Amino acid sequence: MENKMETRKLSVYYKNFQALYSVDLPIQKNAVTALIGPSGCGKSTFLRALNRMNEVIEGTRVEGEVLLDGKNIYDPRVDPVALRKKVGMVFQKPNPFPMSIFDNVAYGPRIHGIKKKTDLEQIVHKSLAAAALWDEVKDRLYKSALGLSGGQQQRLVIARVLAVEPEVILMDEPASALDPISTAKLEDLIHQLKQNYTIVIVTHNMQQAARVSDYTGFFLNGELIEYNTTTAIFTAPREKRTEDYITGRFG
Amino acid sequence: MVRESFHEQLDKLRGDIVRMGNLVVNAIDMATTAFKRRDMDLAEKVVMDDEKIDRLELEIEKKCMSLLALQQPLARDLRFIGTALKINTDLERIGDYACNIAKIVLTIGKEPFIKPLVDLPHMAELCRQMVKDNLNAFINQDREKALATAKKDHEVDHLYQEVFQELLALMMQNSQNIRQATFLLMIARHLERIGDHATNLSEWIIYMVSGERLELNEKLF
Repeated sequence: MENKMETRKLSVYYKNFQALYSVDLPIQKNAVTALIGPSGCGKSTFLRALNRMNEVIEGTRVEGEVLLDGKNIYDPRVDPVALRKKVGMVFQKPNPFPMSIFDNVAYGPRIHGIKKKTDLEQIVHKSLAAAALWDEVKDRLYKSALGLSGGQQQRLVIARVLAVEPEVILMDEPASALDPISTAKLEDLIHQLKQNYTIVIVTHNMQQAARVSDYTGFFLNGELIEYNTTTAIFTAPREKRTEDYITGRFG
Repeated sequence: MVRESFHEQLDKLRGDIVRMGNLVVNAIDMATTAFKRRDMDLAEKVVMDDEKIDRLELEIEKKCMSLLALQQPLARDLRFIGTALKINTDLERIGDYACNIAKIVLTIGKEPFIKPLVDLPHMAELCRQMVKDNLNAFINQDREKALATAKKDHEVDHLYQEVFQELLALMMQNSQNIRQATFLLMIARHLERIGDHATNLSEWIIYMVSGERLELNEKLF
């Protein structure tokens, strides 16, 4: 397996508070890596560090390296906007823009300079199909995205991310606001997407991490306690703290 | 259909169990043929092939454990994986008995039999049929077939009793018979045990299909 990303001694501080302690974690290409751990363990901070999303929070400081294809994304020469095109993000609550389904998906490509209608149509079709949403919305592309169900909105947001052709997709609790069927659909989608993308998902739902991921990292108090294949983590973790967490003995 | 990858993994597991079952049916078949024909090469093959069965058992067990840990199976999915885990053990055990029979065939070698072979091959055929029919019941989710198959174990038990009495008589008649009679008795015992494990298969298949946990093994021995 090949590492798409990798962190080396990654520490993140919010002013005087250290949220992450020297984390070394590989992120395998074309696989799903899940980050689990109790609230405040640093998993979301870690996720946001992967596309420099932390920078928008004032007083954030990062030490160590985050490599994407072997290059440090915190190198001053790296343009964060270009980086976030390559490393896209999906948030906890679906956040469609108050515009049509078509315009939501075409938003990114337009910003990146694509203007021709036929090109945009092609991108929108391809992205919605890849997000397993095309069949459900093909007859209402020009209607408001706000009329979609929560599950559909979340897949729309994924389509919007896919439209700018990212390489890595970061997902921060993408199913926590969804009902069980929408969650199952989203999980199927994640399973399909990993053939072409590298996915990192933060989830409070351990069972979800177990179902969708190939690798799992367990975080506690800002430290990476254990990283391994998901099967190993959930059948025979090496660390007692991991075992205690996944068996519900604390957290 | 949602949870596609989970259902694919269940299908693969089903395929593995069928593969395991076929290997075991073959092992009984080959061991019996080797016994009847004094075919030492075939007996050797049964012993060699047992390793394949053992390896597959571990593989199936690992898959079941992973599915339980990672997929939170419920209802019929849960019953299916539980059944796979249990019949995996029974099948492996049946494979071991076939392997033991083959080893006895090798030990007896080409020395003349002390009695004509009638009941033992009949027992073996019944056992093979029980495993095979249960395999079909497993594939087709056929509760009735599994139940009917378990009933054949009475016949196996009855034959075992007859063979036992007959061999005992031969041993009492002539102490020269004791060595081979003991081996033949061991073969009979292994076949009787195969019948019991085949009955376990029926019980688990019925559980898988309907959720009922029936006790079908009558403990005569």
